[in-house]
Amino acid sequence: MALSEAYPEPQPQEAGVHGTEPGHAHAGWKTYVVVGVILTVITALEVAIFYIPALHGVMVPILLALSGAKFFIVALWYMHLKYDSRLFSQVFFAPLSLAVLVVIGMVMLFKVLPGLR
Amino acid sequence: MATLEAMVPATALPHQRQKRLWWDLLTTVDHKKIGLMYGITALFFFVVGGIEATLIRIQLARPENDFLSAEVYNQIFTMHGTTMVFLVGMPIAVALFNYIVPLQIGARDVAFPRLNALSFWIFLFGALFMNSSFLLGAAPNGGWFGYANLTSKQYSPGINIDFWTLGLQALGVASIMGGVNFITTILNLRAPGMRLMRMPLFSWMSLLTSFLLVTALPVFAVALFLVTFDRFWGTNFFVTQAGGDPILWQHLFWMFGHPEVYILILPAFGIISEIIPTFSRKPLFGYAVMVYSGALIALIGWGVWAHHMFATGMGPIADAFFTLSTMIIAIPTGVKIFNWIATMWGGRIRFHTAMLYAVGMIITFTVGGVSGVMHATSPHDLQQTDTYFVVAHFHYVLIGGLILAIFGSLYYWFPKYTGRLLSEKLGKVQFWLFFIGFNLTFMPQHWIGLLGMPRRIFTYSADLGLTGLNQLSTAGVFVQMAGVILLFANVLWSLRRGAPAGPNPWGAATLEWATTSPPPEHNFNRIPEVHTREPLWLEAKAVEEAARGPMEPNLHMPASSYWPVITGFFVVLTFVSFMTHLWWGPLVPLAGVMLGAINWAYED
Amino acid sequence: MATVELSGHPAVRTATGLPMLKLGFWVFLGSETLFFGSLISAYMVYKHESVVGPYSHELLNIPLTSVSTFVLLMSSLAMVLALDNVQRGSRRWGPFWIAMTAALGSLFLGFQAYEFTHFYHEGLTLQTNLFGSSFFVLTGFHGAHVTIGVLWLLLLLVQALRGQLPPGKALQLEVAGLYWHFVDVVWIAIFTLVYLIE
Repeated sequence: MALSEAYPEPQPQEAGVHGTEPGHAHAGWKTYVVVGVILTVITALEVAIFYIPALHGVMVPILLALSGAKFFIVALWYMHLKYDSRLFSQVFFAPLSLAVLVVIGMVMLFKVLPGLR
Repeated sequence: MATLEAMVPATALPHQRQKRLWWDLLTTVDHKKIGLMYGITALFFFVVGGIEATLIRIQLARPENDFLSAEVYNQIFTMHGTTMVFLVGMPIAVALFNYIVPLQIGARDVAFPRLNALSFWIFLFGALFMNSSFLLGAAPNGGWFGYANLTSKQYSPGINIDFWTLGLQALGVASIMGGVNFITTILNLRAPGMRLMRMPLFSWMSLLTSFLLVTALPVFAVALFLVTFDRFWGTNFFVTQAGGDPILWQHLFWMFGHPEVYILILPAFGIISEIIPTFSRKPLFGYAVMVYSGALIALIGWGVWAHHMFATGMGPIADAFFTLSTMIIAIPTGVKIFNWIATMWGGRIRFHTAMLYAVGMIITFTVGGVSGVMHATSPHDLQQTDTYFVVAHFHYVLIGGLILAIFGSLYYWFPKYTGRLLSEKLGKVQFWLFFIGFNLTFMPQHWIGLLGMPRRIFTYSADLGLTGLNQLSTAGVFVQMAGVILLFANVLWSLRRGAPAGPNPWGAATLEWATTSPPPEHNFNRIPEVHTREPLWLEAKAVEEAARGPMEPNLHMPASSYWPVITGFFVVLTFVSFMTHLWWGPLVPLAGVMLGAINWAYED
Repeated sequence: MATVELSGHPAVRTATGLPMLKLGFWVFLGSETLFFGSLISAYMVYKHESVVGPYSHELLNIPLTSVSTFVLLMSSLAMVLALDNVQRGSRRWGPFWIAMTAALGSLFLGFQAYEFTHFYHEGLTLQTNLFGSSFFVLTGFHGAHVTIGVLWLLLLLVQALRGQLPPGKALQLEVAGLYWHFVDVVWIAIFTLVYLIE
């Protein structure tokens, strides 16, 4: 998609007051509480998995997936990215992707690749 | 909330009581003044760095010379590199982002004017702090890249390295804030109708550079913190006896350091992309490709860093990966060269000095790019790394690429800053002196390097056969110096006696040329609406009418403030106070920072 | 009608229609991901590389840290409730939930302080080994971020109690909320990578 289509024509509208941003839906407090419960449940799951010896082989991928899920849940609901302009998500997830790649790259370079030699 | 008290109506500006200059500059939030302050400071440090370079070349003019001791030589080459990268290259790009970008996108200022001022003051105080080390005879001496564990307390017991780590940490904060500011500005303050793909190339490159600033500088900040904590608080990050790995420093540093060189060069690409179309009287060839190639360079630039580390034994898989990525990045870079040439092709070219610099840049940057591809090949690099071949390469891309573009930008935009033209006669003489001198200094260094002379050594033996080439290299310095002196002379002379320039002396296409030279504080009387990439070629009447016609009513500009300079001072002091060796030392100025920030927030 | 906005001011014509402060702050949070990513990288690179003890598996207390993690998660819930109430103009529940967020954040810091002093008494300092250096620096920077967040919230609490945080200025709290949730999200990463994946 052309970059020019990604961003709207300049709007002479008021910015800065919550609720007036284009395409803005709204989550209520009940949604937030439900999200809070889900986050608690996932955390409890993570801790439980930690204590189950049988799962230790697959523990790392499962834990990474679960904490990744928590990360996105907080970002999308609590930080409102699900309801806000896509630009905020882009501006945040681009550096975040780099950061994840940095961590993976460093682990590869220091821990994985030397083991392969 | 105090809006009326905080803002000064623009219509009142001509009658406003003249502020005293020093107070005006200390409290200004005007992007143009801040840009000029950045630019003048950067040019000052260019002279400092140039003197350091001259001292280096004098020492190396003869084998076994004793002009500089080894100890002093280490400080001089470290400060030369550190100064040129952090106190010249980056600030001069920021100077241009500051001055030009809001004008090019049709804005009245940047998104966060006080934050903008804060970045400048942190830069200035940090730069002064770092250079104050000379007064103590303890300038940083670990190279501009400060490799661990040379920088440990064990091997660098003096305070030299502390000036380096703490000063650069402060400067990094300024850069990150600047990046945030310019991204927000470019995304949010474009004039009506200026879609991103209608934005001038220089503003596009500024956006991409800002993305690199906000992503790469935090990595450097972490690296600097790790070595700072090792030196002050006894941590083990680079202490080999405890299992620490000095290679970790190299990875973190170059993860910052490679995007850093793209931070330095992307603005130069932007400048050339403005000058060439103007003096060829043709739109830039392949605008979209120029944007996408810039974006690719910024992105891939994040994946090539370990090509600085081919000699550290990373293993064949890592070596191959980084060889490949480094070669790939040559493609979008090469594309730009072709597009600039294609822009000139069939154009009505005028060889004003700015154009001479632009064309010269294309040639010498390509030379640097070619030697860069030679480095990309890791087997080759094992021969070339740490020799003068590398020195030749990066000076070709940094002087031949960045500095030529910067000098070109000076000839190009000087009329906009001052309302006067620089002398063309003096300009051409000055250009050739600098261009020839630069090539004389650095072309021989390719051979010097391949013949085996290492970097960062203070002398060499007479029977290595390197004397002649080194002498040639040193001779070039004085030719360059003549060129630079004439450049400064040109600026000083033209400030008073230069031919008056109107709004658009070159007949250029972009919005900054719609308003007067120099622009009023509010930039445009009314913000123009654009429908094309070259507004002054395709819709001049409407755009000029907006810029210089009837004023917009109820215009408010941001008010000056002294909180940026106060806060900036305390930010730098926070890092400096590590040197007290008291664990609570940094907390005191940090309180000052908080006070500054809170007052700033309540100033609204 | 193009007034230039001082950061935080409403009513500006922007090319995206988005508030200046919010956009700039998201960019800043983007840079912070690289900051914490690098710190986490340093920790991961030195995991299990300590030459002398005490070692991570001897000291890290999962049950205790699970509780503090839960506390921080709940503080994020309190934060969104605070914002919701301020946006709706509730002059009672707005300040209440801001205070609750700050309180939970402080409780988390209390857990951190306990953990740090406990480790210290077990013989782990910044200087002891790679684990001490990388653990204290990583969690220390995180704790410093939480501390700044708590101070920021207290300032906003004072404003709210004085009736100076109406719905029109909710953006200030929203931005503080973004910071707060980000710091929570970084802890999610740290909890997994430092404590759970041993």
